[in-house]
This record gives sequence, structure tokens and C-alpha cells, in this order.
Amino acid sequence: MSEVRYYQTGTFASGNRLLADEAASAQADPGRANAITKGHRACQGCGEALGARYALDAALAAAGGRVIAANATGCLEVFSTPFPESSWRLPWIHSLFANAPAVATGIAAALRAQGRTDIRVVGQGGDGGTVDIGLACLSGMFERGDDVLYLCYDNEAYMNTGVQRSAATPPAARTATTEPLPGHPGNAFGQGKNLPLIAMAHEIPYVATATVAELRDLERKVERAMELHGPRYIHVLVPCPLGWGSEPRETIEVARLAKETGLFPVFEAEGGEVTGVSPIRRLRPVEDYLRRQRRYAHLFADGTGAETIARLQRTADRNIERFGLLDGEHGSQRRPLLEVLAEADRGPQ
Amino acid sequence: MAVASQLEGSLAVARTVARCRPQVICAYPITPQTHIVEALSRIVASGELAPCEFVNVESEFAAMSVAIGASATGARAYTATASQGLLYMAEALFNASGLGLPIVMTVANRAIGAPINIWNDHSDAMALRDCGWVQLYATSNQEAADMHVQAFRLAERCSLPVMVCMDGFVLTHAVEPVELPEQEPVDAYLPPFRPRQVLDPEDPVTMGALVGPEAYTEVRYLAHAKQGEALDEIPVLATDFAARFGRASGGLIETYRCEGADTVIVALGSVFGTLQELVDERRAQGARLGALAIKSFRPFPVGELRAALSSTRGVIVLERAFSVGVGGIVTGDVRAALAGVDVDTATVIAGLGGRAITRSSLHAMLDRHEQGALQPVHFLDLDIDLVERELARHRDGERGGPHAENILRELGIVAAGPV
Repeated sequence: MSEVRYYQTGTFASGNRLLADEAASAQADPGRANAITKGHRACQGCGEALGARYALDAALAAAGGRVIAANATGCLEVFSTPFPESSWRLPWIHSLFANAPAVATGIAAALRAQGRTDIRVVGQGGDGGTVDIGLACLSGMFERGDDVLYLCYDNEAYMNTGVQRSAATPPAARTATTEPLPGHPGNAFGQGKNLPLIAMAHEIPYVATATVAELRDLERKVERAMELHGPRYIHVLVPCPLGWGSEPRETIEVARLAKETGLFPVFEAEGGEVTGVSPIRRLRPVEDYLRRQRRYAHLFADGTGAETIARLQRTADRNIERFGLLDGEHGSQRRPLLEVLAEADRGPQ
Repeated sequence: MAVASQLEGSLAVARTVARCRPQVICAYPITPQTHIVEALSRIVASGELAPCEFVNVESEFAAMSVAIGASATGARAYTATASQGLLYMAEALFNASGLGLPIVMTVANRAIGAPINIWNDHSDAMALRDCGWVQLYATSNQEAADMHVQAFRLAERCSLPVMVCMDGFVLTHAVEPVELPEQEPVDAYLPPFRPRQVLDPEDPVTMGALVGPEAYTEVRYLAHAKQGEALDEIPVLATDFAARFGRASGGLIETYRCEGADTVIVALGSVFGTLQELVDERRAQGARLGALAIKSFRPFPVGELRAALSSTRGVIVLERAFSVGVGGIVTGDVRAALAGVDVDTATVIAGLGGRAITRSSLHAMLDRHEQGALQPVHFLDLDIDLVERELARHRDGERGGPHAENILRELGIVAAGPV
């Protein structure tokens, strides 16, 4: 009789029953918080809804369910709370587009004054509310050392208002305000802000990037952030099928390609220094990523996009070199996920 | 028994605010508000006010946003600002009132640029007239201090944010005798904050959600109704304050020698002191003049004004701000309060950008008023010739240059003289 073997699929799919308890997703816990519960009105395949659920459930699990959230205006706010319905199962406030970090600061200050420091504070918003209009409040929250975990769900444009360019929109992407025209291949090169690096420049306790392709990596980063106090920042890449022109069923795959091409480096940093990167497991050319998204369709419409694609490849190459994405030169402070998975593969003890 | 001591207005307000036991104070500096928050930072750092978090924020927009977060978490929250700072937090002001958060804020009233000007007028608070906040105007430093105690109770009673407006420099930097409200009666007057809605993991709520056309009108009307409740509450709070502290402060309006008056000058803020002296001088000359201070501009005391002004023949509304293209701001509300009453109303715009409102200028204005020669919208001490020359200069050439510089040259304040 041959030995029955279980194979890890390599998808990093959450809730895998073969995983050791310590490696299991918060989503695998029947008592999970369901911070953002069913019935919300996000589009099919929304990366933001997925990322927010995993991140907040992980935060709630880490804080024993005692979390208050401040939310910027944007898709996440609109699709979750048309009164009288609300998808939020934690105390949650939306004030304005630009002030979620400052509202979070106020919540944290109130809790300190009230001596209720067991309650933790999360601020969250999209890339527009974080990278653009909310940057001043976010930077102020960082530099003062306020005890807030801020989560940016980056879908690389103003999706809630109909896909306009933000400072997180990548070069060559088509948006409603960066239409590709002869001589203008979508969004310009040489612009935009890298907010994780800006956050690191504040030398705050913790900065990390993540994608919804590796949800347990996101959860672990939230857990690590919750172990620390002071300002912490996690930047989550969340594909938007509507704005990116990708298939809703391919949200995970598109997010993975962003990482596996090197276009979106996944790393973490403490005190302003990179402490770990998620290495690229199977390097792919940027073209594989771009072809999945109609926001880049103009690059493939005729032969004229080759030079632009080459520039984007150089961007990815630079990221790979800068962050050591192929050799993982920064290593990881924590146990590598693959090691955990390999152990799980040997079956329960 | 409280003893009056010589205090700067800002210090009197800061010490009084501290006795109201705010739990979160956030501050961004702007002249002439700075002395208030400087004093509070010392009071918090010394441990005199505890528990309290003093947060140095990066802008007024953040100051109001921090106050919103703190108030929504059930903390008594306070901040102070002026002028550009008030405008910079405009969006958050509407939000705080829309969320029904009882934040109290001092506004050290100051002009708005351009041209940039640090001195007093009411352009800042008047520009935010419709932001849903209660707006109280102090006539003296004693009243400014006392109004803050009343403001916290009013705010928390009605779930409404309250602005206490005090004239920048004229009050904030003036040293005069003030009786500070003592801690024990303040504690008795102002019970701990019990929020009507609060962010609490034990009872999670969603605050600030989207509301569509099916309910927006009703939600907005509720804000109007709450200001109506505040209108009832303000005189009650003032009476209770007088009983506990032994002096009259606040309320909706204050009249000075209005009985039997033919003409009443209506104003907001510290100019009421000047007006009282003016009334005494005119009365001594046989004129039947009175003065009336509006202490609560929002909610607007329609009934009280109507009762106080119905038997007079003329009302002059003295305003420290104006609506460009129309004229008076307060005047419109006063006229609405007097609808159907046979009263002539005139608007006098005075004291813009710190220009002193002198009794001699007011006497000259009243002389013209008695002669029936006062313009419906009169700018006190306006140098109209200077304005005419500047208008002519801009008619003549394409590049007339900046108005402010040209006018200063004409006045000889810029050394090079007229161009």
C-alpha cells in the first residue's frame, strides 16, 4: 500500500487544513471577527474588499477583538456603508477623505486619556486618500509617533470617482485622466510617490508592503505590526478589475504577477531599515503582467508599445536589484513561509 | 469667593478651559490664538490638567480631525484657531457638526487674506457661519472665560460643536481683571462628558456612513432642530451660571439702555464696550440711543431680537465683516427677525483688519444717521478718494499693479511714494 502524500499547491491559499495551527490564517478560525462582513457592495473580484477583510480580521485576532477603525473616503467606505446598512462589525468612523490618519490619532489620544490602552487603533484608506490628499495627516501621524496602524489599500488610481490618475498610478497606465494618445502612452514616466519608502524615511517602527496574492503574508505583517506600538504602515496592492481592466477571477493572479515581475516589491522594514523581502519565486517578464490588464492594452495594440514595455521592464529590473528580490539578500527575520509549508506537507504529527 | 486678577485674555481662557477638564487638546499655532494653546501646553505638561493628551498637529485641518476622532471616542475635546486656520479646517467643521460631536473651540477672530492681515475682524467666523456650529461671541475677557464653561455644557447637552469667538488682540492680548471660574463650581456646573454615540468595541457602531436623498433632508433638518434646542438651552445655562458663579455672562443677547430708544446699535463682540460709552455720551446729549450685543449668532435669537427692537425706529447693525457684493451679513438676519416691523435698518461695516472703531468715528456716523444721510451700507472711516484713485489707475493701464502696494504707496507708508 503506497503512502498517501499531500501536496502543497503552492498557491498560499488560506485556511489550508494541513497547516500547523501557528501558520493557519485568521480566516480558518471559526471565531474569526468578520470585520467586514457579507452584503457589502464591492465589485466582483475587488482586491480591496479582500485585503481589508484579511488585514482587519488579523488585527482583531491580535488585539482580542478590541480595535477601532478610522476610514478615509473612498471605495472601501462607500461600498461598506450605505446607511442603514453597514458591513463593519467593529467600531468604525468615516470622517473625510484627507483626515483618516488624524482621526485615528484623535481616537488613540482619547483612549490614552481614558486609560483604555488595550484598545488598538487602525486607520485605512485607498491610495488617493493616503498617497495624495491624506499625505500631510499621515506624515504628521508618523512623525509624532502616534500609536496607529495605517493600512493603505493601493489600487493605483481614484477608482471610486471613475478611475482617474493618482500619485500611485504606474507609468503607462491608462486612466480617465491619462488617456493614451499618440505621443502620450498613458500615465507619464518619472512621476508618482513611493509611499512605503516615504514612510520608512520617518523611521517609524514598522513599514511593510503586501499583496492580496499572499494573504497569509499580509496577515503575518499585520500580526507583526500589532506586536509593536507607535506608527506602523502597511501598503497592500489590491487589483481593481474595473479600473485595471482585469478579469475579476484573476485578481489574485494579477496581484501575484505584480510581485513576480518585480514591479511591486514585497518587503518589510523596521525603524527605517529593510529587514526582509519576499523573494520572487518564479521570475516573469513584465509583459505577462501587463497583458492581463486593459489599462495597458494600448501598449500591445500595434508595435509602438515595445519601447514603453522595455522601460517598464527596466523599472522592474531596478526593483529586483534594489530590494534583492531574486536572491532574498535581506533574508527574513521570521521563519520563511515555505519552510512552514514544507513542514505541514509532512503531515500532522 | 473668587477674586479678580489681572490676566491676559488668552491666559484667562486657557486656565478656564483647563478647569473644564478636556481630555484631548490639539493645537496648531496661528496668531492671535497662540497664547491660549501655549498656556494650555504648559498646564498639561505640568500635570495640572490630567488626564489630558496635548497633541501638536501639523495643520488646523488635522487639529479639527484629531478633535473629531477624540470626541467620537468619548473624550472631551478642545482646540483653538483663527483666521486662515479656521478656513483651513472648514471641511472638518462641517463634518464635526454633521456627526454631532460636542467639540469646543476658541476662535480668536482675525481678518482673512489676501491681503494677509493678522489683526481683528470677524471675517473668519462669518465665513463659516453655515458650518452647523454654535457661534458665541464674547464681549469681554470675563465673558470669554465664562462662555467656555457654558460652551462645554451646551455642546454636550445638545450634541453640537460650539465656537467661542473672541476678538483677536482686542481681547486675546488685553490684560484686564478677570475672575476665573473656580474648579469646584465648574465641576458642579459641568458634569463628566457622557457621549450619545461612541466608538467602543463593546458596542460597535458605524459613524459617518453614506446617506442618500431619501434621508439627507431629514438628517440636515435635525441639525437645524438641534440648534433650535440650543436656542432654548443657552438662556437656561446662562441663568444657572449666574446662580452658581454670581455674575451674568453669556445668554442670547444683552441690551444696554434700549428702553425708549429711537435708535439701537446692534453688534457682536468686544465693540459692545465702546458702544456702551457711546450710548452714555449720546444720551447725555439728549439722544435716545441704545446698544444691543448678539452673544449667540448661531443659533440666531430671532424672538429675543424682535422683542428687544420692535419698539425702536432705527437699527444700525455694526459689523466687523461683510459679504462682498451685498454688504452686511448680520444685517440680513436682523432684518429677517424684524420682518413686518416698521424699523429702518442700516449697515455699518467697521473695524476691518484691526482698524480701531473709535467713539469719534461712531459719533460722526451717528450725526449723519440723524441727518438721514447715512448710506444703507456705510463703511466707517473709508478713504473713498484713495479707492477712486486706485480704480482709475486700473482703468488706465493693463498692469495697474497690486492694489495693496499701490494704496500703501499713496498713503506714504511705502517710502517710494505714489508711482
